Amino acid sequence: MTEATLNMAAAAPQTHKPAAGGREEFAHDITGTVGKPFLDGKDTKFFSRGVNVFYTGNKQAIFDVNVDIGRNEVIAMIGPSGCGKSTFLRCLNRMNDTIAGCRVTGDIRLDGEDIHGKEQDPVLLRARVGMVFQKPNPFPKSIYDNVAYGPRLHGLAANRAELDEIVESSLTKAGLFKEVKDRLQTPGTGLSGGQQQRLCIARTIAVSPEVILMDEPTSALDPIATATIEELIDELRQSFTICIVTHSMQQAARISQRTAYFHMGKLVEVNNTKTVFTNPQHQLTENYITGRFG
Amino acid sequence: MSTTITEKVRASLGKRYAREKRFRAYGFISIALSLMFLVLLMFNIFSKGLPAFSSTYIKLDVTLDAQTLGVTADATPEQLRTASYNSVVQKGVQALFPAVEERKQKKALKSLVSGDAQYELQRMVLADPKLIGTNQTVWVLADDDIDMFHKGYVDRTAPEADRRIKDFQLVWLDKLEAEGRIDSQFNTTFFTRGDSREPEQAGILSALMGSVYTMSLTLLFAFPLGVMAAIYLEEFAPKNNFWVDFIEVNINNLASVPSIIFGLLGLAVFIQIFGMPRSSPLVGSFVLTLMILPTIIIASRAALKSVPPSIREGALGIGASKTQSVFHHVVPLAMPGILTGTIIGMAHAVGESAPLLMVGMVAFIVDVPHGITDPATILPVQIYLWADSPERAFTERTSAAIIILLAFMILMNLLAIVLRKQFERRW
Amino acid sequence: MNTLGILLTLSVLAAFSYYIGRKRSLALATPAKRGGNNLHSLPGYYGYLVAIWCGIPALIILLLWSVLSDSIITQMTLAHLPTELQNQSGDQVSLISNQIRNLVANGIETATDPAMKVAAEEYSRLQGISNMAKTVVVLVLAIIGFAIGMRFIKPTTRARNQVEHVIQYVMILCAAVAILTTVGIITSVLFESIRFFGQVPATDFLFGTHWSPQTAIRADQVGGSGSFGAIPLFVGTLLISAIALLIAVPLGLMSAIYLSEYASPFVRAYVKPALEILAGIPTVVYGFFAALTVAPFIRDVGAMIGLNVASESALAAGVVMGVMIIPFMSSLSDDVINAVPQAMRDGSYGMGATKSETIKQVVLPAALPGIVGAFLLAASRAIGETMIVVMAAGLSANLTVNPLEAVTTVTVQIVTLLTGDQEFDSAKTLAAFALGLALFVVTLILNILALQIVRKYREQYE
Ligand SMILES: Nc1ncnc2c1ncn2[C@@H]1O[C@H](COP(=O)(O)OP(=O)(O)OP(=O)(O)O)[C@@H](O)[C@H]1O
Ligand SMILES: [Mg+2]
Repeated sequence: MTEATLNMAAAAPQTHKPAAGGREEFAHDITGTVGKPFLDGKDTKFFSRGVNVFYTGNKQAIFDVNVDIGRNEVIAMIGPSGCGKSTFLRCLNRMNDTIAGCRVTGDIRLDGEDIHGKEQDPVLLRARVGMVFQKPNPFPKSIYDNVAYGPRLHGLAANRAELDEIVESSLTKAGLFKEVKDRLQTPGTGLSGGQQQRLCIARTIAVSPEVILMDEPTSALDPIATATIEELIDELRQSFTICIVTHSMQQAARISQRTAYFHMGKLVEVNNTKTVFTNPQHQLTENYITGRFG
Repeated sequence: MSTTITEKVRASLGKRYAREKRFRAYGFISIALSLMFLVLLMFNIFSKGLPAFSSTYIKLDVTLDAQTLGVTADATPEQLRTASYNSVVQKGVQALFPAVEERKQKKALKSLVSGDAQYELQRMVLADPKLIGTNQTVWVLADDDIDMFHKGYVDRTAPEADRRIKDFQLVWLDKLEAEGRIDSQFNTTFFTRGDSREPEQAGILSALMGSVYTMSLTLLFAFPLGVMAAIYLEEFAPKNNFWVDFIEVNINNLASVPSIIFGLLGLAVFIQIFGMPRSSPLVGSFVLTLMILPTIIIASRAALKSVPPSIREGALGIGASKTQSVFHHVVPLAMPGILTGTIIGMAHAVGESAPLLMVGMVAFIVDVPHGITDPATILPVQIYLWADSPERAFTERTSAAIIILLAFMILMNLLAIVLRKQFERRW
Repeated sequence: MNTLGILLTLSVLAAFSYYIGRKRSLALATPAKRGGNNLHSLPGYYGYLVAIWCGIPALIILLLWSVLSDSIITQMTLAHLPTELQNQSGDQVSLISNQIRNLVANGIETATDPAMKVAAEEYSRLQGISNMAKTVVVLVLAIIGFAIGMRFIKPTTRARNQVEHVIQYVMILCAAVAILTTVGIITSVLFESIRFFGQVPATDFLFGTHWSPQTAIRADQVGGSGSFGAIPLFVGTLLISAIALLIAVPLGLMSAIYLSEYASPFVRAYVKPALEILAGIPTVVYGFFAALTVAPFIRDVGAMIGLNVASESALAAGVVMGVMIIPFMSSLSDDVINAVPQAMRDGSYGMGATKSETIKQVVLPAALPGIVGAFLLAASRAIGETMIVVMAAGLSANLTVNPLEAVTTVTVQIVTLLTGDQEFDSAKTLAAFALGLALFVVTLILNILALQIVRKYREQYE
């Protein structure tokens, strides 16, 4: 088995075994997860079976994760620190490829296409599956250039006018345009934390991805900025699929339709958010949401 | 994401990956070029320099008869010293080729052997005056042109006018070769003599000793100065004090002042104002000390900083004074880092030459210096001096001297590693 | 006794004082019941205290004496000279004192001028007296110090605190050497430069386009004043430095990028030290390589394609200097690139950027200030580099920007003017200091600027 190579151009890791066609994959061992992890093939955006992740030194961070993520839904991932939420999230757009010594096995499909497949390409995948990080990380460029970064990379705009249009609409969707329209040419790093995070969201939606992965997007923000972003997520749900990692159970309850609970690298329970918070089926989940954990 | 966007991205991929590949290749090429240059340089130096470790000798049959020498066996040492060994050598050479009559050729015959040949005989006789009156077979140094020929640097097929070895000399040399009178031996001269105008007699000993003196003094001055300064700045100096900040600014700037400026300082202050002896290891070491001080201070401070505060607190907690806690506990722990910094600074000093040109350590030094105030030169400057000489044999010796210098630097770096290991085990 | 002998004696005396002081303190102490005694400090500190009293004042006097005696003796000797020799210009007088010193060093018998011979004898007589007196004074002082130190030994003396105070002052003195060095550099270079500008107007020096200091040695030559227009040197320096940077900056930067972003840990572990070897090679070796291998090679290649390349072309010196600076540039860039937070790279990868796009459009812009700082430091390095240009660049002060011609540089001229026989006060040697001043000022500005930029840059990502 080779390490997931740093080279973005690398083909799929050899470790990956594409599942046989048909519905055979449902025969996969699913005894680990309680609740309703699968959508029975209806409107499935992401499909993952038997996902394991190893870091340097064969240190396993994720054990056999099986879950479906639906189209246009917000799925929240919760669980104690270090349980592998971020690691799993990063599997979905192959960000783990960029970590030296990190190895992913298992079957992950986006719209039925194996994301580790030979014809798949991490660059294209990441254009389709955008990511927003815990700490706002605007590029050391102007606000405009930050948002225009993706469209420029991928050649999405034929001319300046189109680019302007993309930038404006992305900033508008991210609820930032009104605040920054007079200073598009000032550095993105000059914005407040909440504004920076919205800039990062705008930057991500500028390439019109199908899925947005968010890793604790509000943990560095104050309640007001958090509320703004939560509203934003609710609006974005109309056109995107959103996977969000959060430490705030209230937040998960407010914005998500489904919730997944991770524990020590295992996916313990997945269910409708309401069910998870009112009637958890697994003892560990109950301990966690009632605050009895650790 | 609409399919059109997916298609757009897909369409751009080929070009982007090509650019990716190209960029990566640039990086690879940069490294390859740098390393290639390193290999080229090393290959060049070694291929030029290694032959210098052997030199060519010619076997002469000489008659040390009292008449030619002009002295007898019971003469005083002074008379023995000034006896006419030159004539003995000349006769010895002529005996090899008795047929040579023409004046120009006779002169060439004489210069077959090095000017050192007569001193070789002198040494023999001084060691044992009873040799006078006997016939001896001696191997004497060949002239540098002969040396170069014997090492294969002369192209026989080149037009005669372009060769330093003429056709008639070729005949001689072939004859000597056939008789087994010409041979290569380890070049001891190179390690046991000082500089000379004649390449075959030139050695690095005086420069090496100059380097040893200069470096020992530099270490003697720079190590305590640098370490004390670092300890003060890191452990004792008040924070936010103008003078302390000023010292730090000074150190940081001195670290990147061109080395030649330190030479100007040495010339104007140490030699002109303090009247210290020019060209001496003493002045040289002063200049080098000031030059490497910032390196030592900066490295030592980093080493001190990396000692965890708990060590200091622990020592203070059991009633040690601040000075005791620093000198008994912190400094020993920081020692590996301090030593590494010092050795890096010393390695820098060993190879430095520009500032030493300024303080006159660029003289033609034949004798091995006997003290720290004697005129001396150092290895890098000797390299500089020889590099200026047009003779091929000097080029060879320059490269050999460079090999020695590089060997020293490698040794110092190994020493740094070994010392660090030692200390690591102890603490 | 010579200075070294005095120093050795002094060390022995100090060691002896330590031993006696330590013993004495123990003898005076009353042992306590549960081990230990009533001494304020450990006995060793009393020993150190006595040793300090014995050694330090004597050492200070020894140093002062050694530094000052020469000029005092010279003054006294000159005062005894015949009046017609005394009433000469300052330059002449310093020349005479040099001659006297040389006579003393080389043997007085060699003197031809009887007046000089007398002076030299006087000089060496005074030197003898001075040496005698120095030995006596220093050793007596050491003994007095020892006696004083011994009187301080009482159980109540806070020996440790006193010793620690002394150590502290010694450390401050060591740290102050950095200031002294800077002051020394500035005053020596500035002072001589001012004298130079007294002889040659500063405007001629800074804006003149003709440099030929050689003619200034003998006043009777035609054009004996020499011309000190430094523009050709400045241009030559810039030309060679520019060539060097043109090589070092792209290669160094790309090497750093490859090593920190692409290379596997295994490759990095071997290539990095290999590059550092390049940095450790003495510059004289580069100079040798430039002069004997690269320059002829470039000339031959030029001849092959019909170009007339000087055998000491700026190109050869510049290229080799560039290679010398590569590891410097790459290690500085490496630090700077590694300081760019991983989050920024992640952000870019997360948008679907390739590695090179991320580097070019995110990492490098983020690292730009640091890279500019590294560039400035490299430039300062190139401008101040001496041996490579001394050996591989010419002496001819051509005012040209053609890299195939020979140019000379500031450092080359400093070396040329100051090596070989020299009279310290001629315009020729003073010119070297003026060049040194220019070099110092320019590199100082570059360094301060670079350090400032790099520090700001680091703070940004702290
Ligand atoms: N780059 C890495 N190298 C090695 N181990 C890692 C790496 N990143 C994460 N891990 C390990 O993998 C496990 C899961 O980490 P992960 O970051 O996915 O947790 P998390 O659920 O996101 O935690 P948090 O809520 O604190 O963000 C942890 O034990 C962590 O130590
Ligand atoms: Mg996380």
